[in-house]
Amino acid sequence: MMQGISSLTQLAISFLSVIQLLAITPTYADAKQIITIAYLSQELKIPPPLSNLDVFIKDKGVPGAQLAIDDNNTTGQFTGQQFVLKKFIVPLDGNVADTFNKAIGEQYAYVVVNLPAELTQTIADLPAAKTKLLFDAATVDDALRNENCRNNVLHLLPSRAMRADALAQYMMKKRWNKWFLVIGANEEDRLFAEALRRAAKRFGMKIVEEKTWEHTYDARRTAQSDVAVFTQVDDYDVLVVADEQGQFGEYLEYRTWNARPVIGTQGLTATAWHPTHEQWGAVQIQNRFKEQAGRWMEEQDYGAYLAIRAIGEAATRTQSNDINTLKNYLFSEAFALQGYKGTPLSFRSWDGQLRQPLLLAAPRSLVAVAPIDGFLHPKTELDTLGFDQPESTCKWSK
Amino acid sequence: MMKKNILALLLTTALSGGAQAETVFVTLEKDNALAVVDPIAAQLIKTVDIGSRPRGIAISPDHKFLYVAVSDENTIKIIDAETLKEVGKLPSGDDPETFALNPAGDRLYVSNEDDSLVTVIDINNKKAIKQIKVGVEPEGIAVSPDNQWVVSASETTNMVHWIDTKTNAIVDNTLVDPRPRALGFTADSQQLWVTSEMAGTLMIIDVKTRQIIKTVKFDVQGVTADKIQPVGVVIDKERKRGYVALGPANRVAVINAETFAVEKYLLVGQRVWNLAFSPDQKRLYTTNGTSNDISLIDLDSQTVTKSMGVGTYPWGVAVKP
Repeated sequence: MMQGISSLTQLAISFLSVIQLLAITPTYADAKQIITIAYLSQELKIPPPLSNLDVFIKDKGVPGAQLAIDDNNTTGQFTGQQFVLKKFIVPLDGNVADTFNKAIGEQYAYVVVNLPAELTQTIADLPAAKTKLLFDAATVDDALRNENCRNNVLHLLPSRAMRADALAQYMMKKRWNKWFLVIGANEEDRLFAEALRRAAKRFGMKIVEEKTWEHTYDARRTAQSDVAVFTQVDDYDVLVVADEQGQFGEYLEYRTWNARPVIGTQGLTATAWHPTHEQWGAVQIQNRFKEQAGRWMEEQDYGAYLAIRAIGEAATRTQSNDINTLKNYLFSEAFALQGYKGTPLSFRSWDGQLRQPLLLAAPRSLVAVAPIDGFLHPKTELDTLGFDQPESTCKWSK
Repeated sequence: MMKKNILALLLTTALSGGAQAETVFVTLEKDNALAVVDPIAAQLIKTVDIGSRPRGIAISPDHKFLYVAVSDENTIKIIDAETLKEVGKLPSGDDPETFALNPAGDRLYVSNEDDSLVTVIDINNKKAIKQIKVGVEPEGIAVSPDNQWVVSASETTNMVHWIDTKTNAIVDNTLVDPRPRALGFTADSQQLWVTSEMAGTLMIIDVKTRQIIKTVKFDVQGVTADKIQPVGVVIDKERKRGYVALGPANRVAVINAETFAVEKYLLVGQRVWNLAFSPDQKRLYTTNGTSNDISLIDLDSQTVTKSMGVGTYPWGVAVKP
């Protein structure tokens, strides 16, 4: 940048900067207000590679948190606030609860948690967590937002139910009414299948066939023969797949017995963030993120980014770092988080879920944004996705 | 070819009779070109190559030069408004998009969105004389007609920053609705109008106190709230009416500048972005990003009277008398 500036001008600029500092000081005479945020995660086991195309990313979430802290502090320089992020990455063989109790303990009111569902639950139930506000930047678990919900946890990423509803809305619009549901062997796949069944029911879609994938996960053996045989079922409009770890879902497309589109965890997917997303200023954060992290932004990065930006937005607007003040603001009508999705994001008062549009994306093309036009709701169309207030089984008192 | 065009221009000027024959310049973001339009004859006179991804455009107070932000070339080009030849370049910093000229026409203030900076350029010496740190993703920028203030809006910080033109330093900040996009001063420099893309609002800020005195919420029948994304804003010299482009709502809102009531929504082209008055302020021109045209609004009758195809992704607009 600034190639055009001579050293003399630069000298003049540094002189001007001194004047600028002097000019600004009286405006922010008070000492800086500090807002400290902890980030808690655990190292991941490197999974067996399914494809040479997918490089294992071990720090999903961290650069997102870092970018948000930087953004908060850019704003903080004008509001007299300073945001401090302290990262706690527990080793593979470490104990997350111990780290929480010992290291995070009394010092941090706000904790961004990037952990699997079960561990998130464990942390939320620790006595030390009761006086804190936890920001779940990773889970998609519906139970954590319903029967297992906790009033000290906010969820940034869309739940499985929100994803399934987004896909169902699109399939309804396309009149792909008859689904062939293919489910993987893992517990997560069973949960997503449950969300898909719920969505089918909500939007009047029909699951005409349901099968669990029991073949191998080896592309050389599986792809041509097994898929063709596996997909010889009664007629359907679309194959809906639940394979969260991506163990076989990629092999389905182009290999089904009948020519049918694939949707779900592979093919057309529902996600909070995607590299193809450029609308509503998204291209700017994509660029800023890539420049800093050297890779594309993943969902957990977006989750962590939103968590820390939510804290920043609440602290800036209330000029406070007090947990009760911020919590009240986060749940108030006034709270409007800018998440590069064209509409303000906010938290659902009944389960702490961030309401947000979902991106329906193919690997290299953004196909649609849900809620799909025409799906109406008395309060906000965003609440056509996931568990709406009357359906929620969350009891905040727990 | 050139002569023929000039002849055509003279001819249409003669034919268009009573109305002032102004020329409208439109940057075409995806054609890498500048469209030159005779709006009275509703005719695209010509399209000239301008460089990679042109967006912001302004005309010098003496109407001799056009300034065009050529985003992908990281510069602002100076174009002779008659010959349309490039006569110089300004060091704008990275990825210039929006910028503002001061009333004297010797300073240009550029938003550098990815770097959270405003670059101050001395036009005569073609030098960047200062970079000012502002909030995250600065976009809208305006200079008050009395030349006291440069105001920069940062989209992710949700603030407008008040920069004193004498010191080039920020002296105050006003928190506004999310994703503030564009700014417009009233001719008397007493009010700053700010649009919020995400909240779908227009905020009127009193310049003396730098406090919001009124928030106008746009609500167009039959258009969902997420499509109402206010962008460009201009206010007429008499401060009777202001106009706000509503982006993908495909409308321009007409606001009574005394009562701040929305009087009307005028249907223009798709994804209307930026606005410019004719020199006599009898007409308003709009760039319609995705329908690839510009609309002419007749301000006496408050109706859209013409639309003209100009090229792909019309972005900025400037008018020469």
